[in-house]
Amino acid sequence: MQYFPFVVVAWILAVGLYGIVTSRHLVHLIMCLIVVQSSTYVLLLGVGYVTGAVAPYYFDITVHTPAVDPVVQALALTDVVVEAAVTSLLLAFAIQAHKRFGTLDPQELASLKG
Amino acid sequence: MDHLLALVVAVPLIAAAAITAAGPLLGDRRRILDALAIAVAASVAVMLAVIMVRTAGGDEVYWFAGFRPARGIAIGIDFDAGSLSTGLACLAAVLVTAAMTFSWRYFERVATYYHTLMLTFLAGMAGFCLTGDIFDMFVWFELMGVSAYALTAYRPEERGPIQGALNFAITNSVGAYLTVCGIGLIYGRTGALNMAQIGTYIGHHRPGGLVTVAFLLIISGFLIKSAIVPFHFWLADAHAVAPTPVCVLFSGVMVELGLYAIARVYWSMFGQALGHRAAISHVFLTLGVLTAVVGALFCFRERHIKRLLAFSTISHAGMFLAGIALFTPLGLAGAAVYVAGHGLVKAALFLCTGIVLHRLGSVNETWLHGRGRQLRATGIVFTLAAFGLADLPPFATFLGKGYIDESAWAHGLPWVMGVFIACSVLVGGAVFRVAGGVFYGLGDPPTEDARMAEMAAEETSETESDKGRTPLTMIIPPAVLVTCAAGIALIPQLGPVVQAAAIRFQDQAGYNATVLGGAHILHPVAIATAESAEVTLSDVLTGVGSVIGALVLAFLALYWRRLPLLRRGYEPGAGLTAPIQRFQSGVINDYVTWIVLGLAAIGGALALVIR
Repeated sequence: MQYFPFVVVAWILAVGLYGIVTSRHLVHLIMCLIVVQSSTYVLLLGVGYVTGAVAPYYFDITVHTPAVDPVVQALALTDVVVEAAVTSLLLAFAIQAHKRFGTLDPQELASLKG
Repeated sequence: MDHLLALVVAVPLIAAAAITAAGPLLGDRRRILDALAIAVAASVAVMLAVIMVRTAGGDEVYWFAGFRPARGIAIGIDFDAGSLSTGLACLAAVLVTAAMTFSWRYFERVATYYHTLMLTFLAGMAGFCLTGDIFDMFVWFELMGVSAYALTAYRPEERGPIQGALNFAITNSVGAYLTVCGIGLIYGRTGALNMAQIGTYIGHHRPGGLVTVAFLLIISGFLIKSAIVPFHFWLADAHAVAPTPVCVLFSGVMVELGLYAIARVYWSMFGQALGHRAAISHVFLTLGVLTAVVGALFCFRERHIKRLLAFSTISHAGMFLAGIALFTPLGLAGAAVYVAGHGLVKAALFLCTGIVLHRLGSVNETWLHGRGRQLRATGIVFTLAAFGLADLPPFATFLGKGYIDESAWAHGLPWVMGVFIACSVLVGGAVFRVAGGVFYGLGDPPTEDARMAEMAAEETSETESDKGRTPLTMIIPPAVLVTCAAGIALIPQLGPVVQAAAIRFQDQAGYNATVLGGAHILHPVAIATAESAEVTLSDVLTGVGSVIGALVLAFLALYWRRLPLLRRGYEPGAGLTAPIQRFQSGVINDYVTWIVLGLAAIGGALALVIR
């Protein structure tokens, strides 16, 4: 059991959350959200990794060859799809905010009048 | 093997795709799409009602593509329908039907994507309730999330909706990603994604710190969705700006889904492994009570009717969490009945607010004072729904709250009842104040709060023409919903039946065996004995008493300027405004800070009690 990948996960998660908390620009903030999500990819892949194993394509290898876990890769892929949907929607909101109100600063946006 | 369980999500998803494809072809004949969408939502409601009745005797499990578990190991993905989960999904479908019917005349020109989003939202909610796979739960969570974010920003040309949708989407996405982290950890430990499989595995091994961390991470997303203090900030922002028919779904059922997920995750996976039932119960009970009180206080000081109703939802979410956190069958049954009753009356209140907005073009209670007299039917329905929200017998809300109270009383927590009465009085008082002031012109208009008036002024009518009278399609749905809220409480034997379902829901070993072994568990009463679910005279008196308290509070709020004792007294709520506005800042950075701090606090509390 290697702990290093999980330390990386915690680090990426913390950095992303710090970015969201301190960001003053919506696009930057959305990128930080992607960073938060990236930690989940590392986590999922780290969970399924087997040292010295091959990719899980049982095409030209024997059935008993150790392979990394294909399930987590499917999960990470699903995660990417979800992220694409959420991010594109959020960026569309950001574009609207910029078009209509001329600002991308969440604090300015909150204090705008009508 | 029948495929009804799969159709529940397949039908709305296929219909959503078909509507998107057919929209441009139909041109001006959009009524066809309206009718199709309503028919689909109604048919889903009927299907779920059929399943709910069928599962009253035991859970039903559906394995997609027939991949049944082999030797107790789940290979495929399943839907698990119990009475409680199906009932919640059915409530969602009923509310979607009501909201779509209401929208028939509500929007000036409804875009095709409105129907598509509503139907994917419905499919997301139904799948979320039924799924038996933890990763799928996340996927359904995101499907309903994305639909909800887009529906919040349905009018993207205004500031409020954009900001509300951004806050909603970012806070909930952070929560969802934390949930995925938890799922990844639990998968790493157990090698399974099926909830029954995970439950069986960690139930039979010594729990470590990893299981506790995974539990906290998984529920964090659901706590944010269910707007538990201190994660509740997004809710008022989003509810105040979303189109009114969408608010019906947000308040009536989406928030409750988060709580359902916490209960589902706890009782299918972690209950046995974590142990320390009493201590965990206290952590959640504290959160619930805190949320109930904070929501009720914010609710009472609000003048923007939609925000007022949103804060009342926060308060009720706290009460539901408290009911679940008792960890007793009667507490869970009470929460289930309460959710159903609250969903129906809250939907009716939002729809009536939508009519007010449609006819009078405002949701500002101060401005509306006395102007709603012409809306007589709306006023009557709103007032009836307000009685329902204040838990008057025989509404289902009264029954649900009564069960939670009884269970808390029986387990040595009589103060829970006191908190509930106080919250009911505050929330009921606020809604009665709106009803009396707006529809009957009683008393004096509440004092104008500059910031609230400004926010309320942003909320403009979503329709232009035909303001002379209220269309029937707008007044019938809330009237029917209020009638249902009173009607379901009158079903004979409701209490014992729901309690039996709750016992089954809390029986982790039974659930795991049903899913993995195909067992058909009927009455696993061994894990918990049913408590008395009778309505006694003292319950009725407490219910009526709290309604009278709420009426008195509303009377004081309306007439305090004319009462000699209070005239020179303290302006209600004025001194509180400044600090509260600093919290409810509308700035996303602050909200995420609260999420991080709140999770650290809950994690610390859990770490202290689970050692």
